[in-house]
Amino acid sequence: MDSINWMAGGPQGSGVDTAANIFGLACGYGGLNVFGRREYHSNIKGLHSYFHLRVANSEILANLNDVNLLAAFDAETVVRHAQEVVAEGGIIVDSQEVTTKMLDIPTLPPEFRTELREFMKTNDVGETLKDFLDYAQDNKVQVYPVPYIGLLNVIGKKLNIPQISRITRMINVLTIGVSFALLKYDRNLVERAVKATFSEKIAMMNILALNEAYDYAERTFTNNLKFRLNKTESKEERIYLTGNQAVAMGKVLGGCRVQTYYPITPAADESEYLEAHQILKTRGEDEAIVVIQTEDEIAAINSASGAALAGARAATSTSGPGFSLMAEGLGWAGNSEVPVVVTYYQRGAPATGLPTRHGQADLRFAMHAGHGEFARIVLASGDIKECFFDAAQAFNLAEKYQMPVIHLIDKAMANCSQTYPVFNYNGFKIDRGELLTEKDLVGQEYKRFRFTETGISPRAPLGTQNVVQWCTGDEHNEKGHISEEPLNRRQMMEKRMRKLELVDREVPIEDKLNFFGEESSEDIVVSWGSPKGAIIEALAMLKKEKYGIGFLQLRMLNPLPVDYVRKALAGKNRIIDVEDNYTGQLGGIIREKTGIASNFHILKYTGRPTTTTEIYHALKAVVTGKASARQVLTFGN
Amino acid sequence: METKPSDFRVSDVYADWCPGCGDFGIMNALQMAFAELNLQPHRTVIVSGIGCSGKEAHNVKANGVHTLHGRTLPFATGIKIANPELEVLAIGGDGDGLGIGVGHFVNTGRRNIDMTYIIHNNGVYGLTKGQAAPTLKRDLKTKSLPKPNINEAVNPIGLAIISGYTFAARSYAYDVKHLKDTIKQAIQHKGLAFVECLQPCPTYNDINTKEWYAGEDRKDAQGKSHSRLYKLEETGFDPEVRDWKQDLSKKMAALEKSEEWGDRIPIGVFYKKEYESTYEERVNNRIPFYRNRPPAKQKLSDERDFSAVDLSPFMEELKTS
Repeated sequence: MDSINWMAGGPQGSGVDTAANIFGLACGYGGLNVFGRREYHSNIKGLHSYFHLRVANSEILANLNDVNLLAAFDAETVVRHAQEVVAEGGIIVDSQEVTTKMLDIPTLPPEFRTELREFMKTNDVGETLKDFLDYAQDNKVQVYPVPYIGLLNVIGKKLNIPQISRITRMINVLTIGVSFALLKYDRNLVERAVKATFSEKIAMMNILALNEAYDYAERTFTNNLKFRLNKTESKEERIYLTGNQAVAMGKVLGGCRVQTYYPITPAADESEYLEAHQILKTRGEDEAIVVIQTEDEIAAINSASGAALAGARAATSTSGPGFSLMAEGLGWAGNSEVPVVVTYYQRGAPATGLPTRHGQADLRFAMHAGHGEFARIVLASGDIKECFFDAAQAFNLAEKYQMPVIHLIDKAMANCSQTYPVFNYNGFKIDRGELLTEKDLVGQEYKRFRFTETGISPRAPLGTQNVVQWCTGDEHNEKGHISEEPLNRRQMMEKRMRKLELVDREVPIEDKLNFFGEESSEDIVVSWGSPKGAIIEALAMLKKEKYGIGFLQLRMLNPLPVDYVRKALAGKNRIIDVEDNYTGQLGGIIREKTGIASNFHILKYTGRPTTTTEIYHALKAVVTGKASARQVLTFGN
Repeated sequence: METKPSDFRVSDVYADWCPGCGDFGIMNALQMAFAELNLQPHRTVIVSGIGCSGKEAHNVKANGVHTLHGRTLPFATGIKIANPELEVLAIGGDGDGLGIGVGHFVNTGRRNIDMTYIIHNNGVYGLTKGQAAPTLKRDLKTKSLPKPNINEAVNPIGLAIISGYTFAARSYAYDVKHLKDTIKQAIQHKGLAFVECLQPCPTYNDINTKEWYAGEDRKDAQGKSHSRLYKLEETGFDPEVRDWKQDLSKKMAALEKSEEWGDRIPIGVFYKKEYESTYEERVNNRIPFYRNRPPAKQKLSDERDFSAVDLSPFMEELKTS
C-alpha cells in the first residue's frame, strides 16, 4: 500500500470532524500512520467543511492533492471535490441527491458558481449532480450511491426512533461504514473507534448505523474499489493528536501554570484542552494549571505578565487579531524583562482575513510588534512534534533570558491530526535561569534591573521575603524607578538588547534550525513552519529522480542564527524560498541579515496549506529550469 | 513584625506631583493604612497605571508594578491568581480605569478577586495637560478645555456595583483619615473592593477644587462655608448586604446614593457584600490544593531539574494502541 487518501465533506454541524476522527482512530488502531487536514468556514452550521486524511504504513508528513475515496454527505461536497478524486478512486454519494441541480445548491458562493458554470460549459456537463458524476465516471471514477435516508429509516425502526430528523446526524457514520466496506478494512477496529468517540448510548446507536451501512455496501457494490486499506501488525505505541493538543501538552511539560486567553480561532482549542485537563499528575504531589478566560487579548497578555512577575510560568495563546491587541503589552514585557510566552497561531490575514484558514504572513509582525526596540525570542515550529517540544522549551528561554518568547504556529498545524510514536520527554529539564530565593537575598539591597555583563539581572518573584522591588513601562534605573537620564537610558537599552547576543551564543544550533539532505547540494530550500512536511516529502520524491536538494528549516527566527544561515547558503546555485505568504518574509529577513537573496520563491496565500504534490511540481520546475522566479500555488478548496 | 508608616516611605524617589496635589494625601493614606493593617512591604503589591496616579507605585515602599494605561486590573489579576497570598492593590486614574480601561473595570467585577482597586478621580487627564476625563460632568469647561465637555460623566460607584464589585466606597484625598479608614476597609473586605477617591487637580481642574469641595462658594448667613461632602456613615446609611434577599434593595439604595452630586456629595461605604464567593474560592473548588500550592508556588522539577510532570494521562487519551 502506498498511501490512501480519504476525504469526508459536508455542511458544518453535520459531523465531518467526528467522522474524520473515527476514521483516523480506526486506522491508528490498525497500526497505520495518519495525517489529517481540516478545512472549515467561519460559520457554525451549513457551510461546506471537509477533512482530508492520508493513511499509510510508513510515516506521513503532509497531504497530497489526491483523493482515493470521497465520502460526500451532501451534493456540494461532490461538486467541490470530485475533481480531486483520482482515476479508479470512488465517490460515495447520497442517492437522493443525484437529481439536485448543481447551481441550485444555496451555499455555493458566487465566485465558485462562476467557475462551475465555466467548467460545465467547457466540458459539456449537464445541470444535475448525476451529469457531473457521469463526467467523473468517464474519467474512471467509481460512483457509489447510497440511500442515506432509506438506511436511516431502517436504523430508526431498529432503534425505535420514528423521527428520522433525530438521527440524520448519523449520516456521517453511514459514510464511514460504506467507506471501510469499500476499502475492505477490519470492521472491529472501526467499531472500537466509534466506541472511543461517543458516550456508551450514542456509541451503541452509531455502531448499529455503521454496521447497517457496512452490510449495505458489501451487499450492493460489486464493482470493487481498487484501493485497499490493510491493517498492519505494527507494535509501535502511537498517539494521534492535533497541533493544539501538542502545544497544550508541551506547555504542561514546560511548567506553564497560568494560561490566559480570549476566544479566537484557531488558538482557543488549546486553552480549552488545558482547562479540561487542568489537574496535572507529577512524580510528587498533583499540580494544576489555572486557565483564565479574559475579557480581551489586552487583558490576556497583561494578566500573563502579572502571573510571570509573581513567579509562575505563564503564557497566553492567540491568533493575528489578538496578537495585534497584545502589541503594547508585549512591549511592556520587553521593557520590564518579563518571561512571558505567547503562542501565536497564524491564520489568513490581514484584519479578520480568512479566520478559519491557514497563513504564514505574521513572521515580520511577530519579530517587530510593539513600538521601540526590545529583545524577544521568536520560535517557529514545523510540525506537531516540534510544537510540543518548542512549547516546553519556550518557558526555559523566556525565564533564562528574561524576555517575551513568541512561539509561532499556524492554522495548518493547529488543526491537523497526525499519528506519532509516543513522545519521549523524559530528558526535558526545567531551567529557570537566575531566579533568586529568599536565602540568596539576606542582607542585600535588591535591584531588579542590576547592570551585569550578560545583561541578565537576577530575578526574584513578587512576594519574595526581604525583597521590595519595582518595575515600570517607563525607562527605569537599576531599582526599577522611572529615570529619563541619558546615560542610564543608554546602559539600560544596551543591557536589555545584549541579552540577544547571549541567546545567540548559548542556545544550541539544533534547537534553532534543522537541515535536511546534503549540505553540499547545489540547490537549497529555505522555509519555516508547516510547509516543512510537504517539502521533506517532495525532496524525497525528487531525490529518487536524482535531484539532490538541501533544506534549511529555520526554527529560531529571532535572533536568527545568522552565521549558520550565511554558511549554509553561500555559493548555492539556487536558493528557493518556500512560504505561505505573499512577500516571502523569511527570504526577505535572510537577505536583510546575511545579504544573500533567494533567487526563487514558491509562495501560497490562498488560505490553504501547501501539499506535497504542489511542492514537488514547483520544485521540479525550478531544478529543471522551467520555473519563473516566483511561483504562486493555488491548490485546495 | 509590626510596621509603621515610615516603613512604607521611599527614600530615593522624589514625588514629582504638583504642589497641593491630592496624590500626596492618597500616598500618606496608603502608608498609614498599610502600617495600621501591619502589612509587610514584600508581600504587598501596588499595581498602578499611567498618569500622575501611576507614580503612587514608586512612592510607596511596597512592591510596585507600574503598568500600562488602563491595564492595572489585568496585571493585578494575573499577580493575585498566581499567588493569592499577596496583598494586591490596583491604583489608577479616572481616565485609566473608566476610559481606556473600562472594559477591564467591568469584567474584573465579574470575577470578585480578593483585591482592592482605587481610582483617583479628579475629572481631568493631568499629565497630558487637562483634557476631560470620563468622570468630568457634562458642560463643564475646566481651564484647559477649548470647549465645554460634550460627554456625559460615568458614575464610578454605580458602574462598580452593577459590574459585581462586592465593596464600593468613596473618599476624599484631603480627608486623609477618612481615606485611610476607607482603604483599610477595602483591603480587609473579602472580595473585590472599589474605592473612588475624589481629588482636586490644582493645576487643571479649576472647577472641582479644594475650595469647591469645602463649599467656600456657598457660605451661609454667618459667613461659614459648608462642605459639599457628607459621610454616609453619619446618616445611618447601612451599606452591608447580609443575605441575598437584601441584595437588590441594597444595590438600589447604593445606586441612588451614587447619583447624588452637586451640593451634597456622599462619601463612605455605599455597598458591601461578603458572602459572595471570591474568584480564588471558585478556583479552589476546581483545584482543591490551589490555596496551598498556587501557580507561583508549584514545584516544576525534581532535584535533578527534570520536569516533574507526568504526561501519561494525556498520552493514554491520545493513544491508538
